[in-house]
Amino acid sequence: MRFGVVVFPGTWSDCDFHYAISEVVRQPVRYVWHRDRDLADLDCVVLPGGFSYGDYLRAGAVAGKSPVVEALGDFVARGGFVLGSCNGFQILCEGGLLPGALMRNECLQYRCQSTSLLVENVDTPFTRGMPPGQVLTMPISHGEGKYYADPETLRTLKARRQVVFRYATTDGQVVRAANPNGSVENIAGVVNEGGNVLGLMPHPERAAETAMGGTDGLLLFQSLLGTLVEDGTFLRR
Amino acid sequence: MRVRVLVRLKPGILDVQGAAVQRALLGLGFGDVRELRVGKLIEVEVEAGAAEAARARVDEMCRKLLANPILEDYTIEAVEGERLAPH
Repeated sequence: MRFGVVVFPGTWSDCDFHYAISEVVRQPVRYVWHRDRDLADLDCVVLPGGFSYGDYLRAGAVAGKSPVVEALGDFVARGGFVLGSCNGFQILCEGGLLPGALMRNECLQYRCQSTSLLVENVDTPFTRGMPPGQVLTMPISHGEGKYYADPETLRTLKARRQVVFRYATTDGQVVRAANPNGSVENIAGVVNEGGNVLGLMPHPERAAETAMGGTDGLLLFQSLLGTLVEDGTFLRR
Repeated sequence: MRVRVLVRLKPGILDVQGAAVQRALLGLGFGDVRELRVGKLIEVEVEAGAAEAARARVDEMCRKLLANPILEDYTIEAVEGERLAPH
């Protein structure tokens, strides 16, 4: 499986993703500059966290209109996988590849902490193989991670099972006290209608080795690899 | 042509920044503030022959980048002849 890790001016999790993919998951990976449009050799494009273009105007707004994100439209249409974490999630929403938007945390504080996530849909390419009710532990690190979608969009998201992760207690209870940023209905991650674009505020790349405090982030990569084996993508390469 | 854009959160969307500023004002003795919301002012100088053309151009900019239609409303004022404040 070939990964591309996108680098914008101001991205900060690019090296962490590159390390986790190359050294832990042991898959081929290259960096993709934000002006590049050629993604033909890639199976999965990662949009890492950080502060692309200084997050000027709105978090992810300028990056959401960059050449590489424009090229993602075709990439996604031909079935390519996209994983956006933190600023990457904001960019996917701003670029129109995912529904909803991310706003300033309700507490007004920058939140850097461990979170528990209930995996609400274990049938996406990014979560397949996980048991129903799976709870993952991954860190968050953001000031603008409050997910918002209007009531109609929210209804559609739920009806189509596009809500993938919700902030929860360690035993999987989705309660207000477990919500670190005020996200509507504790939503921490969603997929697009096709299921091949995932955005989440937590950082899987920072939960990829025991030394980091946990390895739950690896489960996303393992699910994705399993998906590609099953659909034959590996055989075609 | 100089054009001024006001971008603000849609009514009904919680403005935590505005609420924090309101609390600060309360601490300064302004207990009479009923509501306070923070928005953005964007000034654009655009090449255009007429105000309507400038407005149409900036409207397109708002839809494509300057405002997020999920969260924000915007209003456009063409302010022909007026100069931006110096730095």
